[in-house]
Amino acid sequence: MTTKQRALPDMVLSGLEPLVVNETTGFVNVGERSNVAGSAKFARLIQEEQYEEAVDIARTQVDDGAQIIDINMDDAMLDGEAAMVRYLNLLAAEPDVARVPFMIDSSKWSIIEAGLKCVQGKAIVNSISLKEGEDVFIQQARRIKLYGAAVVVMAFDEKGQADTYQRRIDICKRSYDILVDVVKFNPQDIVFDPNIFPVATGIPEHDNYCVDFFKATAWIKENLPGAKISGGVSNMSFSFRGNNTVREAMHSVFLYHAIKHGMDMGIVNAGMLTIYDDIPKDLLERVEDVVLNRRDDAAERLVDFAESVKGQTADAKESDKLKWREGDLQDRITHALVKGITEYIEADAEEARQQADKPIEVIEGPLMVGMNVVGDLFGAGKMFLPQVVKSARVMKKAVAYLLPYIEEEKRLSGREAETNGVIIMATVKGDVHDIGKNIVGVVLACNNYEVIDLGVMVPAEDILDAAEKHNADVIGLSGLITPSLDEMVTVAQMMEQRGMNKPLLIGGATTSKIHTAVKVEPQYSAPVVHVLDASKSVPVVSQLLSSNKDAYVSELRDAYQQLREGNARKRGQKEFASLAFARANAYQPNWTDYRPTTPAFIGNRTFTDYPLAEIKERFDWTPFFKTWELHGKYPKILTDKVVGVEASKLFKDATAMLDRIVDESWLQCNGVVGLYPAAGIAGDQTEIYADEERSTPLVTLNHLRQQAERPDGRAFRSLADFVAPKDSGVHDYMGAFVVTCHGADERAKAYEAEHDDYNAIMIKALADRFAEAFAEVLHEKVRKELWGYVGDEQLDNEAIIAEKYQGIRPAPGYPACPEHSEKATLFQLLDAEQATGCSLTDSFAMWPASAVSGWYFAHPESRYFGLGKIDRDQVDDYAERKGWDLTTAERWLRPTLGYDEL
Amino acid sequence: MTRSVADELRRTLQDRIMVLDGAMGTSIQGYPLEEADFRKGHFEDHPSPLKGNNDLLSLTRPDIIEEIHDSFFEIGADFACTNAFSATTVAQADYHLEHAVYDINFAAAQCARRSADKWSKKTPDQKRYVIGCLGPTNRTASMSPDVNDPGKRLVSFDDLVQAYKEASIALIDGGVDLIMVETVFDTLNAKAAVFAVLELKQERSLDIPLMVSGTITDASGRTLSGQTPEAFWVSLEHGELFSIGLNCALGAKDMLPHIKALDKHATCLISAHPNAGLPNEFGEYDQSAEQMAEQVRPFLSEGHVNIIGGCCGTTPAHIAQLRKLADEYSPRPLRDLAKEVADDN
Repeated sequence: MTTKQRALPDMVLSGLEPLVVNETTGFVNVGERSNVAGSAKFARLIQEEQYEEAVDIARTQVDDGAQIIDINMDDAMLDGEAAMVRYLNLLAAEPDVARVPFMIDSSKWSIIEAGLKCVQGKAIVNSISLKEGEDVFIQQARRIKLYGAAVVVMAFDEKGQADTYQRRIDICKRSYDILVDVVKFNPQDIVFDPNIFPVATGIPEHDNYCVDFFKATAWIKENLPGAKISGGVSNMSFSFRGNNTVREAMHSVFLYHAIKHGMDMGIVNAGMLTIYDDIPKDLLERVEDVVLNRRDDAAERLVDFAESVKGQTADAKESDKLKWREGDLQDRITHALVKGITEYIEADAEEARQQADKPIEVIEGPLMVGMNVVGDLFGAGKMFLPQVVKSARVMKKAVAYLLPYIEEEKRLSGREAETNGVIIMATVKGDVHDIGKNIVGVVLACNNYEVIDLGVMVPAEDILDAAEKHNADVIGLSGLITPSLDEMVTVAQMMEQRGMNKPLLIGGATTSKIHTAVKVEPQYSAPVVHVLDASKSVPVVSQLLSSNKDAYVSELRDAYQQLREGNARKRGQKEFASLAFARANAYQPNWTDYRPTTPAFIGNRTFTDYPLAEIKERFDWTPFFKTWELHGKYPKILTDKVVGVEASKLFKDATAMLDRIVDESWLQCNGVVGLYPAAGIAGDQTEIYADEERSTPLVTLNHLRQQAERPDGRAFRSLADFVAPKDSGVHDYMGAFVVTCHGADERAKAYEAEHDDYNAIMIKALADRFAEAFAEVLHEKVRKELWGYVGDEQLDNEAIIAEKYQGIRPAPGYPACPEHSEKATLFQLLDAEQATGCSLTDSFAMWPASAVSGWYFAHPESRYFGLGKIDRDQVDDYAERKGWDLTTAERWLRPTLGYDEL
Repeated sequence: MTRSVADELRRTLQDRIMVLDGAMGTSIQGYPLEEADFRKGHFEDHPSPLKGNNDLLSLTRPDIIEEIHDSFFEIGADFACTNAFSATTVAQADYHLEHAVYDINFAAAQCARRSADKWSKKTPDQKRYVIGCLGPTNRTASMSPDVNDPGKRLVSFDDLVQAYKEASIALIDGGVDLIMVETVFDTLNAKAAVFAVLELKQERSLDIPLMVSGTITDASGRTLSGQTPEAFWVSLEHGELFSIGLNCALGAKDMLPHIKALDKHATCLISAHPNAGLPNEFGEYDQSAEQMAEQVRPFLSEGHVNIIGGCCGTTPAHIAQLRKLADEYSPRPLRDLAKEVADDN
């Protein structure tokens, strides 16, 4: 066959990385310490199920230069298959171990096969042989081929283990021929172990064992193309157990010669190999006499010599490996986290705890610093996934150590042992990635949240069921692959369907603030927050669960709204319905059953110097605190843990000033209300008439209409929808108002002159409250008396603040009607400047600044909404209605433009 | 029969670069489908929602699946991949549809087969082939789902072998010409698939070509389970592979260095079917056919591949561009393959 004449390919094995075994590779060290039969320590660790430390043994070997790790679980006291599986699965999670190939070592076929099912790389089986005859040998070799492993074949047949040169080469030749010709095994994937036996045992028959091994090795390499040679080296020095100096020298000498004869790999203690040249001359001579069987008294001479060097160990390397332990505390903690070393983390955590004021600071400080390094390295592709998992584990271990101290601290400080909240976390259906989620879980747990982690690939139903079952305060979704983005949207939709109201957190590598804002948040009425990373998770969750949450949530909503608008704008026309389509799908209140109430008067009514004491009762204090950058809802804010003290102080000062304002009439509140017959006409316009004749309009209002893509079936809203169309036959009405509060500016200037900025701001802030409250007072008056469409409204201040009344009063410049120039129409209709002393600036801002204006709509289905972005066709249309050129229209509509201007 | 398909393909691939089809998922998204479409005629009474389980469409809306295959054959693709990415008992367990896996795969194979035969007849100079897809499943055999228990596994090698074997039998019964284990993120899963196919080939004396295609999603240049591309090849070399390659993930530009690594080491054919670039924040693919083709060009001009195609986000327009590109360049030299063919003679 042509193939046989061609040079054979190299043997290549693999863990996470490939390992090429050829002439240029040099001798391959196979680590021997993960062997219950060969290492008492490892046996004990496995027996006692101390797998973490058992894994460390493998890591140490790789650190010491082992290129393959031999794993053996042959012990009568063990469930060998289970131990093999457990250990290999654990090693798979250790990338700095799993990067090397594994040698699955057992004399039991069932253990070998169990091991082969756990390794993703190309492993080596150690070993099979002709011991039980050809049939079993062939069958096992075929299975190994299916699993894609290389194989070590022992020089062993039906008659026993080969102990002479001739038996060695006979059995190896026979095995080779069967493997290559019958099983079609790749010759380069065959490794022979021609048996390394102890020498210097005192039994003369053993003296030539090493020499026979060397000779057999040379013969195999010469005559069995592709085949490799391996063996368990430590076996040869068995007679000198307890004397590592001599044993190491013997191993080095043995390898020196074996390699010269063609040995490719060997099972060795990688940490216990002296360099051949470093062996002292006298020792070297005696060892070589034994290994090469050069003199009859070689064994005796070496035994004598061994006595004199007993106890000396050559473990200088140990200190090198632990050099990182000499760094400062933060360096050590970071090192342990980055390298995933759990061994010292508790000691380091303890040291950090002693230095810290509170145990929790160890987590927030040094541990998080270390985790941030991990995050950076991962982000830069310098660490990969499994390593990060290890880092999280080190973190958890440290946290577990600190937890009792944290609890104790809490107990001493008298704070309740309650958690800060229950958080359900899950990686969504279809996604297996959960590292980020787990880290977030760790960090949250570190901050005293109860984290219920549902794991990965969790269907939406299960997440929501669990959230309901555990009465979770927050639900966190994670995902890394792009389809998870859609799944998160699905979860949000289902939460909405179930009427849930718990905040939803979105996290994971492909998630983004923009995606959350555009795709997820609109699906769910309760807060939805994108959490960039674990470090952000705690501030986000604590704010969501704090008494301040309303302020936080409303900021969040604003931010997402802005993002959506920015995005809709960026993404251009394709997101928009045509204006015609939007109009065709306008909101349609029920006009047929609607009986408009005729107002008590038609025209304008002015209110000058309205009683401040009455207005004061309608104050909404929450925005007042916000002005002072104290976020929280009144009155809870006064007892808030963080800002409560400051808020109370401020409130006291404010009420003191308020009393003087009222008592000494510092301010003057004027207002005007107009009520008129009105009708909707085509093109999103409303005509206002002077009287019930409804002939010629006094003014025509121009409304804008939502145009950005709406979810199926949702209307494209406009304020135009809330007034009965002319052709409906319904005689409808509309109202308008302007209120203003004079006097604050003068007072403020006086305070400023006295360098009293505090009171200068205070008076302005209170004047604003007066204007707002006056608008509220007038609106109530309109509803109940002036228009009188709700005769029987009984609402307290809180309900009024929550806008629980019928009808709306949107103001030009606000979300439903963001175009400010309509304010000019409003002022014209009401003759507002004359009536109230409030004027408009060139850019339609009201002066004095403490002023409110707006339209009244009475229909029970009228609602506030945000216009969002609009498209070019509506801008053209609006320009035509307003009699503007396009440039002017675009100038006034700029914040709402959904396209880039030319 | 099957033997001749393998030889036929090898000969064609000596002459030219062959072209895989584009994205099934993205194409399906183009149809306004409702829950009912996923149930029609088969799963009306199924208790849990099925929308989004695209593999079911081969049974419930074969018209759509065939139309999608047609759309790629029409612009000159050589291969159709079956609509069976998640059609294993492991992956369908989420939908409680383990019992339907045979039917799904069989129907997927039939949809592609009908389309391929139709186009083979239309263009006798260009024979069209069907690749039976074995997806990665949603469980990983060498990684733990639990940070606190790194030794834990949600699926065993034996489970995967069984699942892949069942799927493969149905695909072969349904008439596929090749099998492709694709989007491999955990090599141990792929080894189970290879194990299943090798066993099946032995049991049924088949010579069905087996393709494997991995995916590299990390900036580290490794599979999700941590392997380098070369280690990936080494771990699967025993599968008597017809081809090895990469798909999905980061788009053509970022795939190129990894394809080069495979090209350097692999002794079988090389395939590549990247995404249309990186998905944007919405999981959509913005890369145009022309942009993608320019990024793919070095795969061909530098002679790294034998089979080219598209994954997520690639439309017939993308594949048409790739087809044009494929015709411009000669295939990667078939070093060892030439020998094998010679030996057979």
